[in-house]
Amino acid sequence: MKQDNAIEIHNLNVCVDDQRILKNINLQIPSHKITVLLGPSGCGKTTLLRSLNRLTDLYKELKVTGQIFIDGEDILKPRNDIYEIRQKMGLLSQKPYPLPLSIYKNVTYGIKLKGVKDKKLLDYNVEKRLQEVGLWDEVKDRLHSSPDTLSIGQQQRLCLARGLAVKPRLILADEPTSALDPHSSKTIEDLFKKLKDQYTIVVVTHILRQAKRLADHAVFMHFGEVIEQGSPDEMFSNPQSPELKKYLIDGN
Amino acid sequence: MSRRKAIIQYFSQGWMMIALFVILLLPLIIGIALTCKSGPIFRLCGLDELLFSSIWKPTGGQFGFLPFILSSLYVTILSFIFSAPVCILAAIYLTQFASKRLISFMLPVIDILAGIPSVVYGMWGILIVVPFVGESLAPFFNVNSSGYTILSGGIVLAVMCIPYVLNMLIESFKTVPNGLVEATLSLGATKWESIKHSVLRKCSTGIISAFGLGLAKAFGETLAVMMVVGNVVQISGNPLEAGYPLPALIANNYGEMLSIPMYDSALMLASLILLVIVMLINLFFRYLIYKTQKR
Repeated sequence: MKQDNAIEIHNLNVCVDDQRILKNINLQIPSHKITVLLGPSGCGKTTLLRSLNRLTDLYKELKVTGQIFIDGEDILKPRNDIYEIRQKMGLLSQKPYPLPLSIYKNVTYGIKLKGVKDKKLLDYNVEKRLQEVGLWDEVKDRLHSSPDTLSIGQQQRLCLARGLAVKPRLILADEPTSALDPHSSKTIEDLFKKLKDQYTIVVVTHILRQAKRLADHAVFMHFGEVIEQGSPDEMFSNPQSPELKKYLIDGN
Repeated sequence: MSRRKAIIQYFSQGWMMIALFVILLLPLIIGIALTCKSGPIFRLCGLDELLFSSIWKPTGGQFGFLPFILSSLYVTILSFIFSAPVCILAAIYLTQFASKRLISFMLPVIDILAGIPSVVYGMWGILIVVPFVGESLAPFFNVNSSGYTILSGGIVLAVMCIPYVLNMLIESFKTVPNGLVEATLSLGATKWESIKHSVLRKCSTGIISAFGLGLAKAFGETLAVMMVVGNVVQISGNPLEAGYPLPALIANNYGEMLSIPMYDSALMLASLILLVIVMLINLFFRYLIYKTQKR
């Protein structure tokens, strides 16, 4: 296994009954870069992302086979400590889902699960993570109020801070800006560009422009298969497959 | 044409207003009627004596409602203790763990259970619960009991309330978005931690209101409880003794004992007390909901 790949996926298949959602996915995701999974709705991008932190376990009808190596360890092996694996990655979903707790407790939730009780350490983490996502100045006076009072964009950044607090190596983002206004979307995108020095980021999107803006490495998916992948400049200026050509025309 | 539409609009809105008005007026009318009808008994003795005296001798003109009120509360609280954990655990299992097939099988079963007439539950109580309490449970504690006890009432009532409360809990738990559960899991929570912190917390108001409505329903439940509870006027802390809840008092005696002076009025007061307590339970739970929402 090469050192510069954060994730290596070998022959990943996901099936429901007889239907294959993901077909023989082989993929390397480079570390400290933004990898964008691009493709039309229903092409399996989200399922691929969920396989990475085994949220697919929640749906008993899904059958997952293959290997996903993170840190040289196959996370799909059933006996692995799934909680530890999940804490290696922060998840950002389409809509922000703040926990029904105060802003402060939202950020500390994951750390507390790890067993940290030291008040100073918690305080430090809350300030540091909220600063990382640029939310500290906006919420520092109301840390103990409910996140319901925040705007959707702020809530999404809070969810990012919450994910960062467990010190993940990866950030998995599933269409993280689809519920946000353009301004908040840009904030999130800028954050990703800033955060990629410390984290490996995987972003799922169906927005071509966003993929062009963000991607260091682009992966185009169609009907459960990886059609093309490579550097975005090359891929988008010189598409090889008819599927990507069509997508590029429709998307522009 | 537009005028016709305006008229139709005016009247259809009017009808809706009237319908709403009737609903609002009903409890008021019932309350006023019960108060008026129970008026005569207050000439006999004061409210405090009626509520807190334990002497029930209608022929002697002594009407103390305390045994009935306490019996009602006792049976209701017992039923709550029996049913609440079952409801919460079953609702969690059905919404978070169960397969789709089990859910599609269980939901109609719960509806059927909720629709069974209370007299059937009463018969089941007499056939199963009463002998169990009288012949197995009471000897185990070295008590002599016919089986017609507060405990039997509590058990039957609990079984009756479970489908009702369970339905409301399931509806409430279903409103929790999947994304919230996934968010806690992705932060490294176990399944149980995730349920505790996302589902139960998000639904705290739903849980409180389900239990509140369940309690209010249990308090007023008459027939099934009356059939198994023994109907003896006494105050006892022992659940293996018989009791006599308020609704049973009214249902048993109205129309039969009215030759006794003031009995009519006393039963009206019993209904009024029942109404007020159910209202208080509702108000208390409204207050709890208000408090949890504010937090």
